[in-house]
Amino acid sequence: MSTPQDVPAGKHHAPEAVPPAGNGRSGVPLVKLIGAGKRYGAVIALHDINLEVGAHEVTCVLGDNGAGKSTLIKIIAGLHQPSSGTYEVDGAPVSFSSPREALERGIATVYQDLAVVALMPVWRNFFLGNEVRKGFRMDIPAMKKMCKDELLAMGIDLRDVDQPIGTLSGGERQCVAISRAVHFGAKVLILDEPTAALGVKQSGVVLKYIIQARERGLGVIFITHNPHHAYPVGDRFLLLNRGASIGNYEKSQVTRDELTGLMAGGAELEQLSHELESAGGAAAAIGRSLEEDVEELGISHPSSTTTTTESDAR
Amino acid sequence: MTQTAEAPVAPPPRADERVGRKSPLARILARPEAGAIAGAIIIYVFFFIIAPPFRNASSFSSVLYVTSTYGLMATPVALLMIGGEFDLSAGVAVTSSALCASLFSYEFTTNAWVGVLVALVLSLLIGFINGWLVVKTGIPSFLITLGMFFMLQGLNIALTQTITNQVSSPDISTLQGFNSAREVFSASWTIGGVNIRTSVVYWIVFVIIATYILLRTRIGNWIFSVGGNAPSARAVGVPVARMKIGLFMAVGFMAWFTGMHTLFLFNTIQSGQGIGNEFVYIIAAVVGGCLLTGGYGSAVGAAIGALIFGMVNQGIVYAGWNPDWFQFFVGALLLGAILLNTYIRRRAEASI
Repeated sequence: MSTPQDVPAGKHHAPEAVPPAGNGRSGVPLVKLIGAGKRYGAVIALHDINLEVGAHEVTCVLGDNGAGKSTLIKIIAGLHQPSSGTYEVDGAPVSFSSPREALERGIATVYQDLAVVALMPVWRNFFLGNEVRKGFRMDIPAMKKMCKDELLAMGIDLRDVDQPIGTLSGGERQCVAISRAVHFGAKVLILDEPTAALGVKQSGVVLKYIIQARERGLGVIFITHNPHHAYPVGDRFLLLNRGASIGNYEKSQVTRDELTGLMAGGAELEQLSHELESAGGAAAAIGRSLEEDVEELGISHPSSTTTTTESDAR
Repeated sequence: MTQTAEAPVAPPPRADERVGRKSPLARILARPEAGAIAGAIIIYVFFFIIAPPFRNASSFSSVLYVTSTYGLMATPVALLMIGGEFDLSAGVAVTSSALCASLFSYEFTTNAWVGVLVALVLSLLIGFINGWLVVKTGIPSFLITLGMFFMLQGLNIALTQTITNQVSSPDISTLQGFNSAREVFSASWTIGGVNIRTSVVYWIVFVIIATYILLRTRIGNWIFSVGGNAPSARAVGVPVARMKIGLFMAVGFMAWFTGMHTLFLFNTIQSGQGIGNEFVYIIAAVVGGCLLTGGYGSAVGAAIGALIFGMVNQGIVYAGWNPDWFQFFVGALLLGAILLNTYIRRRAEASI
């Protein structure tokens, strides 16, 4: 599966997108955020975030709802500009004014809910924004063939690339979107909760493609709230809570249980268990078992977190 | 014995075993135009039977002419709907364009072509303003173009009244350049005793162009995508705002074209004309299989929708009925077509 795709000539509309790199890490991260923050008027959505991803790496961004994950993606994808800090691509600061510019630099985003246009056929979706053209018209037979071949290489055997993509399963749709980004020479792939709406088996399929993308030499930024999905595929982990970073680890520095504990927010979980216990009855039983979980996971919440969140709230 | 004889099993053909059960009929039914084609055949047969004059070639040419006047506009309106937007100002915009051309060239005594060009600029500008407002504000195009509809209608009547003291524009047939403009926009030929107007030819040409753009070019791909899921399209780099503004301007362009056709055919334009036509265009597009929510439809479908309209419009006359029944028929047609389309689409999707 990890065989490199032969890339038909004239396929890439953004020639600068793919230097024939892939020969391992150059030391310079593909994408790097330094102290990035984002304000919407008086609301601080994101505060002092550091993130990097290199070739052959998967950086996981973990956080609960409202942690600032979406804002972070929007900054990297070029939808928004950071209001503070710097954003570097290949070691040089950039300022994208549209997703297209980010795309031209090889940064492709696969959004969970807007990966595809449901009513359009698979091949039209695959080439949307990167249509192969012969003069003014599109080269439809070539596109259909390329689409079918590329999906087959990713292990998706479609009956008919002419069917509306809405008829595929959620996992297949994500995979089409991922293989599309890979096909068009993305260097960095941002995946926004690709497993959130999927069942166990389909999540596994998507995780497999994440590994495949990494094998091909891409940098992957994998956004999720599920540490069980993140830990097996990730090389780095950035944890977000209320718009601020509560931890930035290499894989060697953290275990899955610690990750889970941090995600669950030890202190908050303890608080919840106390509340439930004082409520009495069945709730108390749940509270006690929660407390045991907290102890078992060995959650020691970094004290700095509380201060960050408080200053954020102001 | 007999069972063992069947043992040598032919290797299955290389074609995917999961495809192939789709009959040719199901393929046709899966097209957006399917419902409209069925409806057109039914309507044609209906009037063919009950209205004897309907059977003449000459009366069919007049059906085609009426069709073309609606079909010219239904084409860009269908593209706009596939792109996910409405234009309620499309009907009066035709009149605005024609009034602009005739009043400008008459009042300043210019060559008719000068007025034609000024009207083109105005029409494209109206389309641009519609599109720009929709894109920049995110307000539904229904509301923006409803506002534009009333503004244009008011301007049409009020300005014509102020300038000419009448409810119609002055006769411009004496102006220089009028005849050449008429040749371009409103000529007609007689072939074998059947009168054919250029508008019919233009209509067919524009439908072919629109279909080609929609199905064979990148622009078409983008039109489907901005209507089907604009945020997705934006995320993969489709210039959504430019596409939508462009589609509104295409409606503006065709409003100009249709306006010029009407103006140079009749030499003059009633200022209150065009109201209600926007619905005719939308109905033609919907009957032709365009989804109200965008992302699905066809230009050929809209053309057939317009043809249904033309047939009913003329068929009622040929059948000797009171033309007042026309609107009832239109409403019933719309309802029937929508029900039929929904049914067919469900069937088609289930059989995929």
